[in-house]
Formats: sequence, C-alpha cells, structure tokens
Amino acid sequence: MKTVSVAEAVSLIPDGATLMIGGFMGVGTPERLIDELVRQGKRNLTIIANDTAVPGRGIGKLVDAGLVGRTIASHIGLNPETQKQMIAGKMTVDLIPQGTLIERIRAGGYGLGGVLTPTGVGTIVEEGKQKVQVNGKTYLVETALYAQFALIDAFLADYLGNLSYALTARNFNPVIAMAADTTIVTAEHIVPVGLIAPDHVVTPAPLVDYLVTNG
Amino acid sequence: MSAMDAQTIIAKRIAQELRSGMLVNLGIGIPTMVANFVPDDVNVFFQSENGLIGTGPIPEQGMGHRLLTDAGGRPVTALPGACTFDSAISFGLIRGGHVDITVLGALQVDARGLLANWMIPGKMVPGMGGAMDLVTGAKRVIIAMQHTAKGKPKILNECTLPLTSERPVDLVVSELAVIGFPDGRATLLETGPGVTVEQVTAATEAKLAISGTISEMRL
Repeated sequence: MKTVSVAEAVSLIPDGATLMIGGFMGVGTPERLIDELVRQGKRNLTIIANDTAVPGRGIGKLVDAGLVGRTIASHIGLNPETQKQMIAGKMTVDLIPQGTLIERIRAGGYGLGGVLTPTGVGTIVEEGKQKVQVNGKTYLVETALYAQFALIDAFLADYLGNLSYALTARNFNPVIAMAADTTIVTAEHIVPVGLIAPDHVVTPAPLVDYLVTNG
Repeated sequence: MSAMDAQTIIAKRIAQELRSGMLVNLGIGIPTMVANFVPDDVNVFFQSENGLIGTGPIPEQGMGHRLLTDAGGRPVTALPGACTFDSAISFGLIRGGHVDITVLGALQVDARGLLANWMIPGKMVPGMGGAMDLVTGAKRVIIAMQHTAKGKPKILNECTLPLTSERPVDLVVSELAVIGFPDGRATLLETGPGVTVEQVTAATEAKLAISGTISEMRL
C-alpha cells in the first residue's frame, strides 16, 4: 500500500477508464476522489455502481460534468440528469437488478466466471442470456464484472490499509475492493495500526493499493 | 374516499400480516406507511436493502447521521439490536429466502398474480433496483396499491408492462379489496370498509374467483 495525495491518486486514472465506485445514493461514496476526477476532467468514464445518486452529489457530480460515457447500475430513477443524458444518447446505461449487480462484482473479485441467479428469469432481463437448469429450477448465467479501478470510501483505515466501515456506508465498498486491478481508498479517519481490532477489519490491507492522505 | 384514507386502509390492513420475529422489507410509497401501524405487541425486524436490519423511524430534527440512511438516502434511526452489512449480504438475505415478507407497490398485477412494477417503456425507466430480487426471493410478496389508476383497473387479465418476476405475488391489498392467488387464480378474500363485492369486480379487469360470503376488512 502507498499513501498518495488525492491529486496523485486521480492522476493514475486515464480517460476511458472503468471505475467501480462505492456508495448507495451517495452514502459511502469517496467524494474527494469524485471532486478530483471532475477537477482533472477525466473523460468517457465507465462507471459501475449501485446508482448515480442525485445531481450535485457523489457520482451525480461526474454525470453533471459530462464525464461518464457508460453507466452500469441498478437504479438511476433519482437522477434526472442521468436519464436525460441516456435519452439524448450521450450516455449508455445498462440497468441490472441490484442483487445481480453486486453478485457479478463479487464473482469478479472472487475469481468466478459468474453466478447463476433466478432473478430476471421470465422478464426482459433474460434476453440474450444463457439459461441453465439446476435441480429442476431455471437460472440465468450472469457473468462476472471486473474494473481497472475501485474507488472506496471507508470509515477507518489504519497505516497498513486495513479498513472498516460505518453504518449504511458499507454497501458496495468491501465488495468492489476485491474486483479491480487497482484499489484507491479515502477514509474518514486514518488511524494507527491496531486501532481496528483484527475481528473488526472488513477489508484486509493487502487489497488496498493506494490510501489517500488527509488534507 | 380521499387518497389519504385509501393509503391508511391499505397500510393498516397489511400491518395485520406481520408477526413477531419476521424479517420485513418495505418498498417506497404506501409500503413504507405499514411501519406506522404495526401492533404494539408485534416486534418485527425491518430491513433496508442498502445494508441495515433494525431500521427505525426518522430521527428527530438535528439528530440524523449522514452515514445512516434508508435505501432512498433519507436519514433513519437504528433500533436496539440493529446490524449493518454489505450489499452482497443484503441481497443474499433477499434472494436467499430469508426475508419473510416484502411489501411493494405495483403498476399492474395480472389474473395469476404476476407483477409489473418497475418500468413504463418510453416513459419511466428508473431501473429495477432491488424489486426483481425481492419478488423472486422473499418468502411472501404483498402488494400495497390503490385499486385503480386514474379510474382504470390495475388488476388486469394480463400485464401490458414488463414483468418484475415470473414468481406471482401472494397478496394484493387495496382500499377496495384483499385479493389472493390460490391455485394461480385471483380470488377475492375481503372487501374494503363499506365496499361491496360488485364495486370490487367493477373496478377489476381480471375475473375474480369468489366463493361464499366475503367478509369486510377489520381495521
């Protein structure tokens, strides 16, 4: 793990990169990394996340700035700007059931080719997908998702990069931490090693590539 | 009957389906109101799919925490015994059949109980969020909805909008009726307060199975 400034962290990300971003309606989203992506004007990004929050918040800021070429998410209903750009053909949006989205990411991080899920069978979600029968029940084959970068917001990070999360800000963060080539973390508090007890570490330090320093 | 009255009837009637110890997931809109009518002697666990069991009421003014919200991003409280978890666990609970009851809204329900509640092609494409997983995986799916939309029936022979799941719902509660789907057939179980069977059938496109005397909701 390396410690970097927020500007250094974002300078690692090229235009056109695929980013998994933590957060659920902006809660648990690394706002400092988002603000810096906007400041550096990274373009044509592919975003994999639960949702695009609302205009002016979290991933919504990337949408507002016109930096997103493609979004893979489960819900965009609370961000009219995302819908506007989708309808105008400025952004491609792939909508995926939330449980399927998180499992596809989990599969990517856990070295699996995908998962079998009953969700979506008999609906338009099954179009173009392989179906398999297991013990008489029908499942869709949903392939794994993987990204170049995972952008994480933790509550506590220790000097080694062990992470823990607070309340409902955990959501996608520990799952995407496994599913990208490079994991970049912001934390509410950076604390000495040992302050997060071994049993309370949710994301182990070896998964963290860069920890953004304070200030 | 005012719209507010209809919503209260629906939420109160659904609250009677809850039993102590159940894990319950409420959708947005009328389903959220069910929490206001849980009897005092019934203790259920409410789940928010963003990663919380033990979701409590909206906090008092100035007492909210920005990292403690419901699935719509609104501040909530956590009751004693609450726990938090990541989205994979949250949807493992949902898809894996660990949620006892989910209460959801509907755009349409058909004669077999199939549900459409997530998009209107060309008009409203918000994404399905957790709806498909909830309907596919919860042990019991209860629909909370007003019986008609702009005077048009919502319980149809067949849904014209994209389906949410191939799994039928278990119960529909409107201000006019409680409808179940035993043997895959829409069946009138109760009428709303002061509502006749004829009023229900007139407001319903799907043919309702009706046997014996139909009792009125006791609220």
